[in-house]
Amino acid sequence: MKRLQVRVSRLFGDLLLQSMAILVLALALMALTALLVDVVADGWGRLSWSFLTSFPSRRAADAGIYPALVGTVWVITLTAVLAVPIGIAAAIYLEEYGKSGRLSRLIEVNISNLAGVPSIIYGLLGLALFVRMLGLGRSVIAGAATLALLVLPVVILSTREALRAVPPSIREASLALGATKWQTIWFQVLPIAMPGVLTGLILALSRAIGETAPLITIGALTYVPFAPDSLWSPFTVLPIQIFNWLSRPQEAFAQNASAGIIVLLLVLLGMNAVAIVLRDRYQRRRG
Amino acid sequence: MTDAAKRAGRDRFRRRAEFVIERALFLSAVGSVLITGGIIAVLVVETIAFFKEVSVLEFLTGTEWTPLFSEKRFGVLPLVAGTALVSAIAMTVALPAGLLSAIYLSEYAPDQVRRTLKPMLEILAGVPTVVYGYFALLFVTPLLQQFIPGLAGFNALAPGLVMGIMILPLVSSLSEDALHAVPTGLREAALALGSTRMQTTLRVVVPAAFSGISASFILGVSRAIGETMIVAVAAGQQPRLTANPLVPVETMTAYIVQVSLGDTPGGTLEYRTIFAVGMLLFAMTFALNLVSNWLRRRFREQYS
Amino acid sequence: MLTPPRVRAARAGDAAGPAKIDVRQLNFYYGATRALTDISLAIQPNIVTAFIGPSGCGKSTFLRTLNRMNDIIPGTRVEGEVCIDDRSIYAPGTDVVALRRKVGMVFQKSNPFPKSIFENVAYGLRINGLVDNRSELNDRVEESLRAAAIWDEVKDRLPEPALSLSGGQQQRLCIARTLAIRPEVVLMDEPASALDPIATQRIEELIFELKRTYTIVIVTHNMQQAARVSDRTAFFWLGKLIEYAPTDSVFTNPKEKLTEDYVTGRFG
Repeated sequence: MKRLQVRVSRLFGDLLLQSMAILVLALALMALTALLVDVVADGWGRLSWSFLTSFPSRRAADAGIYPALVGTVWVITLTAVLAVPIGIAAAIYLEEYGKSGRLSRLIEVNISNLAGVPSIIYGLLGLALFVRMLGLGRSVIAGAATLALLVLPVVILSTREALRAVPPSIREASLALGATKWQTIWFQVLPIAMPGVLTGLILALSRAIGETAPLITIGALTYVPFAPDSLWSPFTVLPIQIFNWLSRPQEAFAQNASAGIIVLLLVLLGMNAVAIVLRDRYQRRRG
Repeated sequence: MTDAAKRAGRDRFRRRAEFVIERALFLSAVGSVLITGGIIAVLVVETIAFFKEVSVLEFLTGTEWTPLFSEKRFGVLPLVAGTALVSAIAMTVALPAGLLSAIYLSEYAPDQVRRTLKPMLEILAGVPTVVYGYFALLFVTPLLQQFIPGLAGFNALAPGLVMGIMILPLVSSLSEDALHAVPTGLREAALALGSTRMQTTLRVVVPAAFSGISASFILGVSRAIGETMIVAVAAGQQPRLTANPLVPVETMTAYIVQVSLGDTPGGTLEYRTIFAVGMLLFAMTFALNLVSNWLRRRFREQYS
Repeated sequence: MLTPPRVRAARAGDAAGPAKIDVRQLNFYYGATRALTDISLAIQPNIVTAFIGPSGCGKSTFLRTLNRMNDIIPGTRVEGEVCIDDRSIYAPGTDVVALRRKVGMVFQKSNPFPKSIFENVAYGLRINGLVDNRSELNDRVEESLRAAAIWDEVKDRLPEPALSLSGGQQQRLCIARTLAIRPEVVLMDEPASALDPIATQRIEELIFELKRTYTIVIVTHNMQQAARVSDRTAFFWLGKLIEYAPTDSVFTNPKEKLTEDYVTGRFG
């Protein structure tokens, strides 16, 4: 009798643990679903071609996200232009050239620390350095430079992983044929690592698209009745426009915010889908 | 020129080019260190200028924060309290839930379940924080107000809970890595002695992974402290030294946003307050990250 | 300089002419661990020299010192001298790239690039600037594939991926890739150990053909292979060179007890 009791209580313990865990996970996922359902229910009706092509307005029904969309495209493109070459170059150096030096290890530690700095601090750096010290003003280029600094550690880390996945036998074969280190990297290692590098880049940029705090800090405007037309234009981006609408008390603006969120989530969904497809094709090719 | 001479010339060019390329790559890598230097320099310079006009004592111990009003007070404690309150609520959600989730995924879940759940958790972590802010303000707060009649429109509870959900995947994934790193030999030894999976997990595996799990908790706290948009949207802009989660508060991060949205001219004392607050924020998260990394390294050394 | 008597005899004796590779008092370290101790031997041109010995005896490490492939491993150190055509290859200022053009290497596990068959062979030619135009490139690729006895099997499949070939074919492709840059010495690190007997036989026949044009050094843990394929054999044990003599005498009339024990299978 005692043994049966013990056995039951043991089984009970296992089941309890598993059910609690599943309950917790279910709650979290339910919250996510509730969020998505709420956003779509509230904002779907507001989505329209005119929403995508209108400028913001004091009248909620006339407001649109066109400048925010254009601003996002400008900023993200520039961020990529700035962050990608430097990030890949730094990753190549750390992974292929500087493996054993003490300086390299210092740089590595530094990069993983940077990855943990709150994004708003990057905004403060951008404000002091790009907006004021370098005199770039509250411009598209200042915003892009700030975001580039923000995503640089992520780009470096993911590129290094992609490089690490290239088997060392390829490098050996190339070197044994009389190739220099750089020839080996350029003609053999990089082409093989490229899909992995691209996946990492897309994921880093998709994070950048959702970043709001650093851009607010460097002075991206929240009410922008025009689309940026040069590197030095003031600008806004999609998440900031959403934030602006959320700060208004009228319900109609809340609806605009929902519609804006739908657009933002769709863009992110698209980017992540591309990244996942790339990663799958890459894994299938090697496997 | 003979073939050999041509080749020799090309080789010399190539060797010089290699050298230049290596230098360029090196500079890119070093550039990343410059970013840290830049952050620290900027924060330090402006903070020093700030402390020329405001005493450090008042900043760190004062209980009123009104730099934008006519009667200026510069005690940062209300902002710290706001941050602490929201973060504490977030961690009350994220820590147990994250650990439970990690235990389940690492020790119990069949492969297929793990492969479906993990991407979903990653989605949870990938939602832009302004969207979470929307959720906290326009869904969670009204929902909670039905159960808690005294809940204000802006409060610490709703953003805290939502932040907890956002941080859950981070705690879960890092804790899972820690649990995974515990050698199977330990589990087998415990099971061979007749313990159930739950006893093995709770009494053997989790304690063995303790430093790794603590590292993930601390990193979660650091993330909560540095989070901006959820609180900027849903917590309010009233700095208040309180432990009451039902009233509006302002966090350090939300304050920086508040000033940036305004028209504060550069070089003024008000402008410098965001750097002073930023410095405090940076110091706190940096210290937490260091501790977390140290713990993680110690944990890795234990098991390799 | 003191050279151990038996090695001196081996050098002086059977092969004619100056050595292609002359190694003197070579010591090699992985960090603080000494992996090779006082190795001295001379490798004659246009013959096949085999390095044999039990696992971990340092034969692969030694092979890799001959084209400085160990340089890519951090923390390694070389003492002593390795001379190829009377030029020391560890002298400061040595052009390692040019060295590797002269001394090619085929690896134990075939490692073709994930490119087409044609591109694999063409790679060495391109990066070393050895051809001036497309038609010369095509000719050299064909020449190398013929020399590696694989032309007939791939001549209609040149644009196909190299990884679609069988293991034995891939290894012969790697040999073709190495031969394309016309090295003078070809180092082979257990080239057939991952292959089935038929593929192994083809590789061995190829080696026999190649020695007319190249100096070949092959590391093998398969004694019968060494006996079949090589002209001279060096036996290594625990990082030291124990015996170095014409293959026949190493296998039928070894001078050292250790050698005899190894070749008769008493250990290994």
